[in-house]
Amino acid sequence: MSCFRLENVSYRYDKALVLNGIDLRLEPGEILGLFGHNGAGKTTSIKLILGLMAPSQGKVSVLDGEAGDPKISQCIGYLPENVMFYPQLTGREILAHFARLKGANLRQVPELLGQVGLDDAMDTRVKTYSKGMRQRLGLAQALLGKPRLLMLDEPTVGLDPVATADLYRLLRTLRDEGTGIVLCSHVLPGVEPYIDRAAILTDGNLKAVGDLTSLRRQANMPITLSLEPETSVAALEAVVNNAQASAGLMMRRDNGRLHVDVRSTEKMALVKTLMASGEVRDLSIYQPTLEDVYVHFIGSGGLAHRGGAQ
Amino acid sequence: MNSIWTIARKELSDSLRNRWLIAIALVFATLAVGIAWFGAAASGQVGYASTPATIASLASLGIFLIPLIALLLAYDAIVGEEEGGTLLLLMTYPLSRAQLLFGKFLGHGLTLALATLIGFGVAGVAIALLVEDVAVGALAVAMLRFIISTTLLGWSFIALAYVVSVRVGEKPVAAGLALAIWFFFVLIFDLLLLGTLVASQGEFNPDLLPWLLLLNPTDIYRLLNIVAFSDGAQLSGVLSLGADLPVGPAGLWLALVLWFVIPLTGAWALFRRRRI
Repeated sequence: MSCFRLENVSYRYDKALVLNGIDLRLEPGEILGLFGHNGAGKTTSIKLILGLMAPSQGKVSVLDGEAGDPKISQCIGYLPENVMFYPQLTGREILAHFARLKGANLRQVPELLGQVGLDDAMDTRVKTYSKGMRQRLGLAQALLGKPRLLMLDEPTVGLDPVATADLYRLLRTLRDEGTGIVLCSHVLPGVEPYIDRAAILTDGNLKAVGDLTSLRRQANMPITLSLEPETSVAALEAVVNNAQASAGLMMRRDNGRLHVDVRSTEKMALVKTLMASGEVRDLSIYQPTLEDVYVHFIGSGGLAHRGGAQ
Repeated sequence: MNSIWTIARKELSDSLRNRWLIAIALVFATLAVGIAWFGAAASGQVGYASTPATIASLASLGIFLIPLIALLLAYDAIVGEEEGGTLLLLMTYPLSRAQLLFGKFLGHGLTLALATLIGFGVAGVAIALLVEDVAVGALAVAMLRFIISTTLLGWSFIALAYVVSVRVGEKPVAAGLALAIWFFFVLIFDLLLLGTLVASQGEFNPDLLPWLLLLNPTDIYRLLNIVAFSDGAQLSGVLSLGADLPVGPAGLWLALVLWFVIPLTGAWALFRRRRI
């Protein structure tokens, strides 16, 4: 059973193509990062999965059922990007209201509020809450009724570093229990260690999807070796130049170190040559980060896109 | 049904919490007692005039007040949820749009019904206890009719407010349109009708004209409460048309019920098409 499956899904709004032939799926026990510039189609994809609207073309199935079916909705938790809730109610009252609507056990209410760290604030009105507290209330709301599919839109906005770490730990626990989780975020370095797979959207197209290793391979981005010379940088340069795989390698000096960009397939060969030469005192390896991969796939037009309207 | 009640229950407890319910009830009670007490002031004395006169005065005031209160209570029902970000969230719950809308209606409708019942009920009891030689039976019937028709009038304006609320994207726009609705039905409509009557110089089909009164819930409400005393002497202005209306009280009641059923259905139809 998949948590959701999008098959060749397109969505048109006022003739504009918001999503174009998306194929994407999420299995239980997996955290999927959904990335893209503003207006790339992240929110639309989420709304399709939530059953808030129907695709213009293609098929959306969620938890082996129809998106938007009440029985299915009951098993989905959703944290929207910016939710104010009802300012005149207390956190506990709001969560109880949503628990009733979801058919969740009301005993879950204080439990969840404790879990997100709102024990002390659960009986004060939400209008006094900070952004981070509202965010945590939203999270507690999403966790009502033990969802099997959890969709979080920018869950870490307004959270301090400790709360953010707590959140990710919680997500890992849920994932290990078999929940499928979708995580939308712009804070790429923050989510990188926690996602199992990433999907990158631009202008309604799914540019790339896979785990970080396969994305790196797809992007074919070089790995950077940072070398500290035993004797001199020049001697190191000579070694690299003589190495078999050195054709077209990028080298630059920086602060008495040498940085070499190498294709991942040739990395080990070069490292072995370097080790054998005895010219290396220290060696660090920098893999392309999620952010590097993201920028690669978004392309140079990416910067222009970022200002786009949602 | 459970979800409808959950939504209704929240609206009801909201109006208890922000003291809307108690405030409306107090206004109603004060008005009713005041009118009962000073109803005869025009004829130079203080004291209870008569049950028909009191009800007629109350109905005249109710026409201004009830629609305004109902519209204020309900104009942000849907658009307010959207601005707070909760509409999107609610729609991801196992809750249909119909359930949300009818739950809201149940909550707002109960708020108004309770306020009316408490406010005018208390006033009615006070009149029955304090005024000597009042015919309690007639008073009770008149008060009951007044309370029920007031509630129905309020419901029709709640439903009209929903039509606006499901359609617009911003709260201030909804508030403006709600006021326009009030203005139209309470002030403009009768003027238009009178104007048509005068301008047509009697050429307008005289059989059709009384039916036009049914196009305005406030006129139906007035007819119900004033014509009920059947002497017709107190009918003035456009209401005199009502005397020619070939439908009895049952027809008027039905018309008033339709005045909340149809707009509510319309609001639902519009809500279904709203993009979230």
